Amino acid sequence: MREPTIFELSSPGRTGVTFQEPDVPLSEIPQEFARANLPFPEISELGVVRHFTKLSQKNYAIDLGFYPLGSCTMKYNPKINEVTARYPGFAAAHPLQPEDTVQGNLYLMYTLQNWLAEIGGFADATLAPAAGAQGELVGTMIIAKYHKDRGDLKRTRILIPDSAHGTNPASSAMLGFDPVQLPSDERGNVDLKALAELCDDTLAGIMFTNPNTLGLFDENTAEVIRIVHEAGGLVYGDGANMNALLGVFKPGECGIDVMHYNLHKTFSTPHGGGGPGSGPVMVCEKLVDYLPDPHVVMTDPGDEDTPPTYGFARPEKSIGRVKTFHGHFGMLVRAFTYIAMLGQEGLRDVAEKAVLNANYLQAKLKGTYTLPYDRSCMHEFVLEGYWKDVPDIHALDIAKRLMDYDFHPPTNYFPLIVHEALMIEPTETESVETLDQFADAMVKIAEEARTQPELLKNAPHNTPVKRADELKAAKDLVFCCYPVGEWEKK
Amino acid sequence: MFTPHTHADVEAMLKTIGVEKVEDLFKVVPEQNRFPDLNLPQPLSEMQAATELDSIASANATTRDFISFLGAGAYQHYIPAAVDNLLQRGEFYTAYTPYQPEISQGTLQAIFEFQSLISLLTGMDVSNASHYDGATAAAEAVILAFNHFRGKRDKILLSRAINPQYRDVIRGYMQANDAIRIVGDDPETGIEPDLKNLIDQIDLDTCLVMVQYPDFFGRIIDYASLIEAAHAQGALVAVVANPTALALLTPPGEIGADIVVGEGQPLGIPLSYGGPYLGFFAVKNALLRKISGRLVGETVDTQGELAYVLTLTAREQHIRREKASSNICSNQGLMTLAATIYMTLLGKTGFQQVANLCYQNAHYTANAVQEIPGYKLPFKSTPFFHEFVVQADENVPELLAHLQHHHILGGYDLSQDYPELEGCLLMAVTEMNSREDIDYLTDVLSEVEHA
Ligand SMILES: Cc1ncc(COP(=O)(O)O)c(C=O)c1O
Repeated sequence: MREPTIFELSSPGRTGVTFQEPDVPLSEIPQEFARANLPFPEISELGVVRHFTKLSQKNYAIDLGFYPLGSCTMKYNPKINEVTARYPGFAAAHPLQPEDTVQGNLYLMYTLQNWLAEIGGFADATLAPAAGAQGELVGTMIIAKYHKDRGDLKRTRILIPDSAHGTNPASSAMLGFDPVQLPSDERGNVDLKALAELCDDTLAGIMFTNPNTLGLFDENTAEVIRIVHEAGGLVYGDGANMNALLGVFKPGECGIDVMHYNLHKTFSTPHGGGGPGSGPVMVCEKLVDYLPDPHVVMTDPGDEDTPPTYGFARPEKSIGRVKTFHGHFGMLVRAFTYIAMLGQEGLRDVAEKAVLNANYLQAKLKGTYTLPYDRSCMHEFVLEGYWKDVPDIHALDIAKRLMDYDFHPPTNYFPLIVHEALMIEPTETESVETLDQFADAMVKIAEEARTQPELLKNAPHNTPVKRADELKAAKDLVFCCYPVGEWEKK
Repeated sequence: MFTPHTHADVEAMLKTIGVEKVEDLFKVVPEQNRFPDLNLPQPLSEMQAATELDSIASANATTRDFISFLGAGAYQHYIPAAVDNLLQRGEFYTAYTPYQPEISQGTLQAIFEFQSLISLLTGMDVSNASHYDGATAAAEAVILAFNHFRGKRDKILLSRAINPQYRDVIRGYMQANDAIRIVGDDPETGIEPDLKNLIDQIDLDTCLVMVQYPDFFGRIIDYASLIEAAHAQGALVAVVANPTALALLTPPGEIGADIVVGEGQPLGIPLSYGGPYLGFFAVKNALLRKISGRLVGETVDTQGELAYVLTLTAREQHIRREKASSNICSNQGLMTLAATIYMTLLGKTGFQQVANLCYQNAHYTANAVQEIPGYKLPFKSTPFFHEFVVQADENVPELLAHLQHHHILGGYDLSQDYPELEGCLLMAVTEMNSREDIDYLTDVLSEVEHA
């Protein structure tokens, strides 16, 4: 059943929460600035609670079931993270408090910077970026400033593999770089020949996702890094897929110069229905002075009797500020909690089980679906959601039909280099029983595609709404409970 | 720790895959770099982690331990219990971006309601589904304006009375764009409330004029003539607004703003040492297709039932790649939900009550402080909302240290960013500051003077 909007639920005179009246002598609000009308909803507290509870029930979520959304690492979000991030000592701290009052926060940030750098094999890290895409922006700013500071002004091109996430070209374009697409070879690696041809003294760097969005560890990793470095470029690592490599491989040790993590993927902070994320950026030794402002440093190492103290400092050649205050602190507390609980052993276990789960599902599905790159995969793999004998069935139909089996669909139509892509990332927190149930559903759907194709075409059948008319949304342009333009008439 | 695999599971799975051991799955990783040591502390049990984090948190003294008059971009407000209770529903916070509308109507409808509330609050036609924070929303407004004129206008005019961190972030975002000039926030142009020096710089090269409302000093300034002057030259106007203030003040959309952005943290989001917060971003119809970030639109499903979907996605990075209007992907999803629940719970009455409490408490504080010898309000003749500037005869860092000693966070030292405001302090007062706290502040300040 449709849930009315908060405006439909409103009745003049109701309110959810009331506040006390002022107990100070009153001052006049200047009439020339006073607002005539605030047309906000008026609903009781219970009315509000029911409304949002009902809305929540129209969502699918990790807490409800299997969410194999490729490239998004929809792993379990431990409940303890939600508790620690809400400790009043964290949640009630104002970002502009004097440093001596927030030594706990600064210690946590300093330690997390070091842990994240250690896990990736880098010299240092910044916690400022708000999400992966902002991490990319910071990384490309660092690359731009590095070349500029050396007077190397010709370097305007950034190479981006054709399997890359859309944020890679978008981020580098925002920084004024000219993104150049780099083809993949038939095994899903960066095409070395094409790479060598595109490398010259106008190369600023490459944005290299490893494992890439096919879920494959690039077999030419060392070569790619060497070729780019020899041409004078820097190597940016998109570390969104680091779940596969925790305790397995340190990108920084192998020559990646700068890389971001997505804490909301690899380090278990929740996705929140689209955010907030957190995208710390790690750098190698020669780039540490370029990190954004502010950066947490140890201001005094302390001694036997006094603990060390921490504070903010602006790195010498800093690219400057990219966000107010100091990053998504609440997400940092969650990631810190997670790493503290896992340690080296637990992190390696994450990577091993993530890769084990993905290879297991790949093995179970590759007879039924086309696996365009038939190799041992990392944390995810990509199938074709298309069969020649039933050409009317598309990846989208398979995705929608999975909802009827109570699974979240895989990522569709990405990466762009796979025809009708279905990108499957099971994550390490799923049991073999869940994987088996999912595999059974996928096999069953492949059967249905032949025997009852309309089941797929009309899917989903049991969801709160059926397939939505996206063209109508783009034509009508209704973004507000009041139609666009109505406001002006009021 | 969070992996459910039994030994038997692993054995059976390896068999299906056709390898002997888990390590065999990593043969593609260069051998000399495979399975490095990680120098990390010994893992903690959940119980130990809870204790450890508690002790780290306890090493802070926060707005709960101090009486706080700190604002300058982040504000303490009361958050009704229902907000966090609803946010902690796993159906909301463990979902991803609502790319599959059939199983994401909860998130989608909540964002649609958020967009509606922000449109109404700001007086604009269309709000997007959020940016990272107020500052990055402001930077996105600059990018929008620059692209709107296809690079033909190269000047961005920023008022010096915009939050300095916002101006830093704007410059950070634009650092590689040599074609753009960001001016107007220099000391010569100044911070006079008549805006004359700023208005004088608006010309045919200006693509955007940006001001803050109330401004960084808390002042409520009439922007009508500035907006008129900007529009006369064909320039766009962006207003950075405080959402709590808009409960009482004429919305920027009604006085002609083309873009309204701001920090949504005051809308039910904890201070949390600076994040995650919420950037809101709203435009007039004419700029609808230039807006960056996600947008939820209304439509119907195949049965004719009302449904919500992400729409106009051709502006976004996953479709347009390097030609996208922004690189933003993850936004502030759960924070928009917090703000939506907060605004809905407070509703018309509660939201105006909070804004009025802020206004009244701030004015009470300001009046009391200026009575104390040695303190004055340099911007006294301009109306203000819940923040104001105090000029002290005292040295500001020493004064703040003295207040801290008395368990008061006295405010923000403005000379850090404004050399011309040496000796000035920015104080914020909200519904969280009781009359008793305020009286205590003035007592302590009076003693400083007498000491
Ligand atoms: C490979 C890859 N890179 C970058 C990103 C962007 O991260 P965010 O959404 O946090 O901005 C994603 C997110 O989906 C991704 O999968």
